[in-house]
Amino acid sequence: MTMTATTPTQRFRLSGALPALTGIGTLVAFFVLMEVFIRSGGLNRFIVPPPSEIIASFPRIIVEEQVLHRFVLTLTECLTAGVMLTVFGVSGGVLMHRFKLLQQACETWIAALASAPVVLCYPLFLVIFGRNAWTIIMMGFVSALPPVILKTLEGISGTRKVLVNVGRSFNLTPTQQFWKILFPAALPTIFVGIRLGLIFALINVVGVEFLINFGGLGQLINELAERYDLAGTYAAICFVVLVSVMFFMILEKAERWLTRAE
Amino acid sequence: MTSTPHNPANTDILVVDDVVVRFETQEGPVIAVDHVSFGVRQGEFLSVIGPSGCGKSTLFNVIGGLIGHTSGVVSVGGETINSPHQSIGMVFREESTFPWRSVTDNVAFPLELIGMPKAQRIERARHFISLVGLDGFENRYPNELSGGMRQRVSLARTLASEPKILLMDEPFAALDEQTRLLLGDKVLQIQQQLKQTTLLITHNITEAVQMSDRILVMTYRPGKVKRIVDIDLPRPRTSEIVGSEAFGRYVAQIWADLREEASRGMRDEEEHALHHVSTT
Ligand SMILES: Nc1ncnc2c1ncn2[C@@H]1O[C@H](COP(=O)(O)OP(=O)(O)O)[C@@H](O)[C@H]1O
Ligand SMILES: [Mg+2]
Repeated sequence: MTMTATTPTQRFRLSGALPALTGIGTLVAFFVLMEVFIRSGGLNRFIVPPPSEIIASFPRIIVEEQVLHRFVLTLTECLTAGVMLTVFGVSGGVLMHRFKLLQQACETWIAALASAPVVLCYPLFLVIFGRNAWTIIMMGFVSALPPVILKTLEGISGTRKVLVNVGRSFNLTPTQQFWKILFPAALPTIFVGIRLGLIFALINVVGVEFLINFGGLGQLINELAERYDLAGTYAAICFVVLVSVMFFMILEKAERWLTRAE
Repeated sequence: MTSTPHNPANTDILVVDDVVVRFETQEGPVIAVDHVSFGVRQGEFLSVIGPSGCGKSTLFNVIGGLIGHTSGVVSVGGETINSPHQSIGMVFREESTFPWRSVTDNVAFPLELIGMPKAQRIERARHFISLVGLDGFENRYPNELSGGMRQRVSLARTLASEPKILLMDEPFAALDEQTRLLLGDKVLQIQQQLKQTTLLITHNITEAVQMSDRILVMTYRPGKVKRIVDIDLPRPRTSEIVGSEAFGRYVAQIWADLREEASRGMRDEEEHALHHVSTT
């Protein structure tokens, strides 16, 4: 759902590409400043490489380190975790709303789990799934599940009473009540949960790749850092950022499609 | 100016017979509706008026089948009501449009439920959108509309289910006075056009006199029927009638009744607040 009241900033945005240019300009200015700062010796260039070196290392990591292949690998792992997250997280929240006992029994410890560093359990996952992509996917999935479940539950339980009463006054069956009122009313909150979940998933996927030295971008970052190829390390981190950007673009499309369909 | 007896006649389409609603609260039982009886005639516009807290919304929820009652009978066309009934269409006081649906899809909601084909229900929805004067807003979403317009969408949505009785709980309470008067005109016009039996719950005397054939005045705690007043003003009416002398007389009469109840309500609330202060 988008607000369509035109605020002054929106009119500004509509009037041209100025904000986008300002954004890019700020970024460029930051890089130029860093460049100057590092070259003038303000920062040790063997700890923080100047931006120009990072940019120069792109061709190298693309050709020699197969960064594109790794990028696809990490993106696939994240997407798989994201899909599982959506399916199981949303169903989990729905079930907890449906069965109050389940909610009373689980809500507190799921909330506690949300802030726990589940990533420390990675040895357990290694034992269960082996040293392969599933360990990474499951790790991302499990650590990101709590916010999706909790936000789904919050969204459904927070449906305004009067909307529920409208449904009742039209004699909806429980199934209709869910699909026609509770679920659409909760959708914006559910998307907040999925957004949070995806952030958790991405962090954990890359983190576990790094930790177990296996798979996509995380492993590459590990290797490059060990070789002390810092320019390459930062270049690889740029691809992680790219994964996250693509992720949220997909999600935004999905959200727009879902909340304004029909 | 005459007062009719409260006993429901058997020509009434909606009958509320000796209904009691008691809530069990932590501070003991609260009797929100106390032995209330009245009937609504086919095609008539009846308002229920009373100070806030007198049990109007409770009555609304009971007639709509949303909450149960302790004793008594509510029936529509001879059928006893214990759960929401398709003959009764409810319009709520709070904003109740579906923000994820366009105006057309909001209004077409009850038609969708009965499985009407899409093309047909869009056409039907258009009809009701036009009836409430929202032509041109079919594809807008509720967040693009004003409060008054959204309330009209809710009204159109309820009308689209073609209820025998339109039941409204302070539908204009959140609107400013001018919008309220103009919307009142709109409702009156629609009511006359559809010969829609209407039960309006309100705390606004002007609104009640402007629209009603009869007004039921409720007492404050316990909520009983104090009086039922016939409003013999000519129809069709518009908000212009508000300036007339006869209108003024009705307002004065109902205010005299209501004043007593409202001041009792105020005193009660003050005492309640004092009690709370002294015990905490
Ligand atoms: N669910 C409830 N539980 C307990 N008390 C209630 C409940 N609903 C309403 N009441 C009480 O019943 C009385 C009538 O409330 P209500 O019907 O909302 O009045 P009105 O709509 O006329 O302002 C009030 O004193 C209110 O506190
Ligand atoms: Mg009320």
